[in-house]
Amino acid sequence: MEIKREPIDPAGGGPHIDGDALRVRRLNSRQLLRGAEVEGPNAAAHLEGTDFERYVEERVLTTTLEKATAWARSNSFFPATFGLACCAIEMMSIVAARVDVARFGFEAFRASPRQADLLILSGRVSIKMAPVVRRIYDQMLEPKWAISMGACCSSMGVFNNYALVPSDKFMPIDVHVPGCPPRPEALMHGVLKLRKMVQDDPEMGWRERYEAIGTEEVLPGA
Amino acid sequence: MSELSEYRKREQSITLEPLDEPLIAPVDEEESSQELLTLNMGPHHPATHGVLRLLVTLQGEVVRDIKPVIGYVHTGIEKTAEDKSYWKVIPVVERMDYLAYYFNAMAFCGAVETLLEVQVPPRAQYLRVIHMELNRIMSHLVWLGTSALDLGAISMFWYCFREREAILDLFEMSSGQRMHTRYFQVGGVIEDIPKGFTEKLRKFTKIMPTRADQYGDLLNKNEIVLQRLRGTCPLDAETLLSFGVTGPLLRAAGNPWDLRKAAPYCSYGDFDFKIPVGTVGDNYDRFAVRLAEIYESVKIIDQALEGLPEGPYITEDRKVALPPRHELATSMEALIHHFKLVTEGFRVPPGEVYHPIESPRGELGCFVRSDGSSKPARVHMRDPSFVNLQSFSRMAEGSYIADLIATLAMLDPILGGIDR
Repeated sequence: MEIKREPIDPAGGGPHIDGDALRVRRLNSRQLLRGAEVEGPNAAAHLEGTDFERYVEERVLTTTLEKATAWARSNSFFPATFGLACCAIEMMSIVAARVDVARFGFEAFRASPRQADLLILSGRVSIKMAPVVRRIYDQMLEPKWAISMGACCSSMGVFNNYALVPSDKFMPIDVHVPGCPPRPEALMHGVLKLRKMVQDDPEMGWRERYEAIGTEEVLPGA
Repeated sequence: MSELSEYRKREQSITLEPLDEPLIAPVDEEESSQELLTLNMGPHHPATHGVLRLLVTLQGEVVRDIKPVIGYVHTGIEKTAEDKSYWKVIPVVERMDYLAYYFNAMAFCGAVETLLEVQVPPRAQYLRVIHMELNRIMSHLVWLGTSALDLGAISMFWYCFREREAILDLFEMSSGQRMHTRYFQVGGVIEDIPKGFTEKLRKFTKIMPTRADQYGDLLNKNEIVLQRLRGTCPLDAETLLSFGVTGPLLRAAGNPWDLRKAAPYCSYGDFDFKIPVGTVGDNYDRFAVRLAEIYESVKIIDQALEGLPEGPYITEDRKVALPPRHELATSMEALIHHFKLVTEGFRVPPGEVYHPIESPRGELGCFVRSDGSSKPARVHMRDPSFVNLQSFSRMAEGSYIADLIATLAMLDPILGGIDR
């Protein structure tokens, strides 16, 4: 939708009015749009004709509830405070002053996975750690997302040996950030990619995103 | 409408009138303090500085026993190192103690150089000292920021990471990477420092002491920090030595053991610096010693920069170090050396060597056994975090659980180094 920002033109339809009166009329129009009571000495005055139409056009936006929630969600991730190895230090520095993830609303790191909706796997996942990571991911409430940060947990990186396991083997990952370790800017880029993904993709559960419907754990006897 | 469930009935019967008798019987303090509770901390716990798991036995609020469970970031680095030629091992060992990557590389390179009997040119040694001391400051800054976070002082984190970024910019300038730079080579360093590096470094060393003053002012007069650090979990030097503890923890207990002075390596003998020691060996001394080390490191960097000798930055031995790039176009011999080094790597005469250096956490030693081939037969690291962790239960036993967190923060373990 294209929004034209033109000054309200006195010759455009409505009667010519001076600055102060125009401000009063605008304020009154705003109250009208909100459905609120208009008060004051000039309560009857508001914008008229094409001026009013343009005023409404500029201020009202229609959207779907889905899009609005996706927009809100994607701008306020709560990452889990969860560091594994080297990448954790770079993950900490995206909160610090230089990159400052708070600009995009991701700074509220939560110590409990129950309060978090983004798991940043920062470092190498050993075979001993993998069940723990999976448990933490399972404890997070839907909708939830996961970023695999760095080469180790994406592909076992420089080590590639008996001890490590790539994170895709045991949990769904939404964004992989390459690097060893990735710069904070790279992680930031990954987070912004995830933001775009969440904004565009209405499927909020990872089972929908990964076509994993029907893989839910069923308790025996249920 | 079905009958109300038992729960709903009880829920609806709730009034706000005061109860005649208390709902919960008063606890017999004598009895409850005798009861033991085993608590699992970690591996996912924000205060454990990594994926350390602690099985803590509590009596009331007092810690009676601690069992650290490690291995959650076991990476198989020592085994991987056996499968790579010597110069390819450097990036692998760097990722062990991930806050002291220059030290890891230095321990390994030093061990291999001893086996090869290669002379490292003085300029390379000075460059190594500069980078290692910068790394020490950086490691202490991350420790200070995260430890203060554990104690509830969140603003320290931002200040410390501001200075850390300045150091990482310098690392990036000299090597192109922020972390795990692979700047140290067997025989020297990979590149000379670029133009503008010294000016930037001078700027940093000028500002760093004033910044460290500010950290001291923020924490040394902070009642909460003092209450939590002063007199908590002390351990005397003898017990620490019996556990094999080195580094700032031992120095905080009054033993001035520092390998930079005790067995100077890499031309540390050229520099004039002091070793900060504590008196009591409590958490406050551990904090104060590390903060004082930042000033000493700045002093060393200033001296190294002042006396930085001219000359080659890597050994001229073509059997060990890569020939300069421009020689490859003109010299057949250089091309052959380059080819041999890149494909097979250099061969190291058979033997064993242990090369200890002073890392930010204590004695970091590298043991290398060579069988004469181009791959090490065994690489073992004596990581200070691993050894220091053993004294943890002795430190924290008998203290409150809140002091356990503070002690762990002052212990500064790096799990990447412990598990390897």
